[in-house]
Amino acid sequence: MLTRRHLIAAASALAMLAASGPAFAQDNYDIALISKGFQHQFWQAVKAGADKAGADLGVNVTFEGPESESQVDRQMDMLAAALSRNPDAIGFAALDSQAAIPLLQQAKERNIPVIAFDSGVDSDIPLTTATTDNVAAAALAADVMAELIGGEGKIAVVAHDQTSRTGIDRRDGFVNRIKEAYPNIEIVSVQYGGGDQLQSTEITKSILLANPDLKGIFGTNEGSAIGVANGKQELGSNVVVIGFDSGAAQKDMVRSGLMAGAITQNPVGIGYQTVQAAVAALKGEALPPVIDTGFYFYDAKNMDSPEIAAVLYD
Amino acid sequence: MTDTAASPAKSGPRITGAFHRLLAFSGLLALVVVFSLASPNFMQTQNILAILQATSVNGVLAIAATLVIITGGIDLSVGTLMTFCAVIAGVLLTFWGLPLPVGVVGAILAGTASGLVSGVVIAKLKVPPFIATLGMMLILKGLSLVISGTRPIYFNDTPGFTQISQGSLVGALVPVLPIPNGVLILFGVALLAAFVLGKTALGRYTFALGSNEEAVRLSGVNVDRWKIAVYAVAGSICGVAGLLIASRLNSAQPALGQGYELDAIAAVVIGGTSLSGGRGTVLGTLIGALIISVLANGLRILSVAQEWQTVVTGTIIILAVYADILRRRNL
Repeated sequence: MLTRRHLIAAASALAMLAASGPAFAQDNYDIALISKGFQHQFWQAVKAGADKAGADLGVNVTFEGPESESQVDRQMDMLAAALSRNPDAIGFAALDSQAAIPLLQQAKERNIPVIAFDSGVDSDIPLTTATTDNVAAAALAADVMAELIGGEGKIAVVAHDQTSRTGIDRRDGFVNRIKEAYPNIEIVSVQYGGGDQLQSTEITKSILLANPDLKGIFGTNEGSAIGVANGKQELGSNVVVIGFDSGAAQKDMVRSGLMAGAITQNPVGIGYQTVQAAVAALKGEALPPVIDTGFYFYDAKNMDSPEIAAVLYD
Repeated sequence: MTDTAASPAKSGPRITGAFHRLLAFSGLLALVVVFSLASPNFMQTQNILAILQATSVNGVLAIAATLVIITGGIDLSVGTLMTFCAVIAGVLLTFWGLPLPVGVVGAILAGTASGLVSGVVIAKLKVPPFIATLGMMLILKGLSLVISGTRPIYFNDTPGFTQISQGSLVGALVPVLPIPNGVLILFGVALLAAFVLGKTALGRYTFALGSNEEAVRLSGVNVDRWKIAVYAVAGSICGVAGLLIASRLNSAQPALGQGYELDAIAAVVIGGTSLSGGRGTVLGTLIGALIISVLANGLRILSVAQEWQTVVTGTIIILAVYADILRRRNL
């Protein structure tokens, strides 16, 4: 019994210790962010942005997310606990929109404003969504690609999937921009590698072998882009590669010139603007249906500039 | 896996079990008291229901793991088997449009069948349980992805499906207590498993296998058959967990499940079941599962940073098992 009592005492002491950190903002707003992930660098960058907004605006912000993006039920437990805490507002990046509806309904009934971030929730409960405009971001990739290959020739796309919102938006944003603005460029192939590096490498090699005169390939997320660059390297090709997102491996490839450059989202901005929108909602301000958190093209030349370096992550 | 744990277990499993349950239960109570004092938001009906809801899936998985662990074995496949059963329910109900009861029975039978396979591989092919169920864990994970086409299967065409976990029979009778059905199912499974362990031949052999398998074999019992039966029953229970999680999410999420076996095993050991077999109770496991979810929920309510939540949970698991070891040494 004694040990058990010690154990509880230790646990509660730890709990108090950790709780005393953010507790200073007691009569200020309390905002709970439930994300899709936690330890991934992308989500840590979102958290950094949210924390910064919390400090700037004087509100208490918590940030939680499941270990992997498949753990939908764990995310529901987190959302339920956040609701029990009775926060002033909730920020939510849904792993699965449908599963979250009953809990979001609860938030609505209790007049807790919900701000969606990263990807939208298929529901009218969130007041706004702070997210990357993936269509516009991929269109920027198309513009850069056209410039780098001289406005004509054959290109291909290696996408991460054909079902997720980001997969569809980035593919369509790129393909449609090329079709509309660059009549002399032909997209010979759009294939899907599931965002898996190895699979994307194999796809890239088969595209390059089938089209020796190919001039460029766009990889639509981190895994796809790295796969494309690896395929290029294995075949000793000099095709122009444009990637998406950052991460240590992709940054190295851009720096070495294996990749011409990549589009980066602004995860710090996603976190910052989610908190900012929550505070605006609590003050009764009107919000636009979508908050575009921005995106940038980076290459070996500009990636060390302060503006770009701030949105890249390892 | 038949080792010296046999002797203390035989000296009186009832008394030691009851004592440990008391210990675990007082730990649970202490956590509840601490969190209630720390935050007024903790002891609210809605939050208690959220904790119970969060316990339901892990609790059922942990009961399945308890049966296997008492035999001195281990089942690493409970998490992905749960997902596999959820996917089977999705195939039956959404892909083939069959009626709800068929989906329910089908999911549980899929669990039984998979448990049978594990049991046969362990008992007949003599593959160690750790390896056999590690293999099954991966096989089932892969099969779930293949069968579902790596996409979630939604149950929108089966309107009653979400009621399995999210509906509330109690709430219909007593509106102030909307206890979700998932929690009732957890308690139902617990009662059934406790009955099997305490009152049936299967239960007696489950303990005997964990205490001294060789002695059981020498006394002329068909050890293999009972061992296979235990894994099959555990598999069926994972089928129930599959239905619970699918109903809660209104979808079978094929990529989910790996890692859940560790939470289940944690609940089992916190509840005082010995990993070397021969000793354990369902009630202890239930309390262990509750400790895990109360801890997770309470730390979240107190806005403890997520990094620290993990540290605290890990510390509690080690301390709980250490308390158990101290107690056994002092007997």
